[in-house]
Amino acid sequence: MISFGRYLPERVLGNEELAKRIGCEPDWIETMSGIAERRIAEPEETVAMMATRAAEDCLKREGVKPADIGMVIVSSGSSERRFPGPAAEVANAIGIPGVPAIDLPMASAGSLFGMAMAARLAPAFGRVLVVAAERMSGPALAEPLNSDVAILFGDGAGACLIGEDGGKLDIVDSALHSDGTWAKDLRLEFSGAVHMNGRAVIMQASRKVPGVIGEVLARNKLTAQDVRYFLLHQANQNLIDRVARVLGVGSERFPSNIRRYGNTSSASVLIAASEWIETADLRPGDPVCFAVFGAGFHWGALLARKT
Amino acid sequence: MNKRERITAIVVRISNKPTEPDPEESLFDAGYLDSFALADMVGELEKEFQIRIPDSELNPRRFESIARIEETVGKYMAGAHAA
Repeated sequence: MISFGRYLPERVLGNEELAKRIGCEPDWIETMSGIAERRIAEPEETVAMMATRAAEDCLKREGVKPADIGMVIVSSGSSERRFPGPAAEVANAIGIPGVPAIDLPMASAGSLFGMAMAARLAPAFGRVLVVAAERMSGPALAEPLNSDVAILFGDGAGACLIGEDGGKLDIVDSALHSDGTWAKDLRLEFSGAVHMNGRAVIMQASRKVPGVIGEVLARNKLTAQDVRYFLLHQANQNLIDRVARVLGVGSERFPSNIRRYGNTSSASVLIAASEWIETADLRPGDPVCFAVFGAGFHWGALLARKT
Repeated sequence: MNKRERITAIVVRISNKPTEPDPEESLFDAGYLDSFALADMVGELEKEFQIRIPDSELNPRRFESIARIEETVGKYMAGAHAA
């Protein structure tokens, strides 16, 4: 992992304003989710535009030239169109038309699936730019308003450049899983609001996230206590706290920005990583574990070590 | 305590409510369980009855009421015994 980047819209929607719209107390929102505010995209801040800004930020931070990228992967579960997805547009916008650009239409888990695949594709294609961008606020706040959904989501984008030639973190291993049994329990149709069976989602995520983390750690002869940091999909602070408890690890090892941005679906783990890496206290070889869970259901974990 | 009493004790402990639910009433509608309490309760049930409920069986409807939980737990206790 060579570099991380992010883009967040400027407009902030706080709980006070949202609570008036939903008809609830602002404190209830924070108690239920750990979210105090989220960012809301303006009409011109499309998925492709936010993805492009995050990609540019990612490249700029390490002085990487777009010409050094061999492939682009863009994850989004909230893309505005059926096709084409935003990947080719993003590649064009950063100045590398002709480079293969792949769309991953996967909410929440898409960025980690993209990173895991990028690690395997980099030896063949060269540096792979993984971007995740989401405009979840529209469908989350669509009528009929579902307060359980409306309080959770925000907009934004994150990016990570992955290559074989060193960087901040070395990807060691990953475990990816999918099971369509619960496909209807968390979904977004092309028109309409997000449908979420919160009980099914939390029940499955509570089991599968610690499970897949344990799987990838066991394969590498590590325990949760050995891991310096866990970067989780920023879905709900209560879920992150629960995973920490199940793993028997202090919550200080779970960087979180959900209070400021809400759940930005597949972008969340990359936005969180891009903020965390700026101040992360890491020694060479320290293990870091990324983990996600989302609609599909898709879930996975990725183990990396400080270079 | 019999199985139903042990399940009820877990639900009351997790919900922090002073009253016991009726066996057939919805634990969700009556405010005993929310999404996170449900996940916690499943873990407590597995510990209490020394069972493992497969992820594929973790459907919230199976934990809707004390009576439904009793059925679900019984299924895996029986399975564990038969195995």
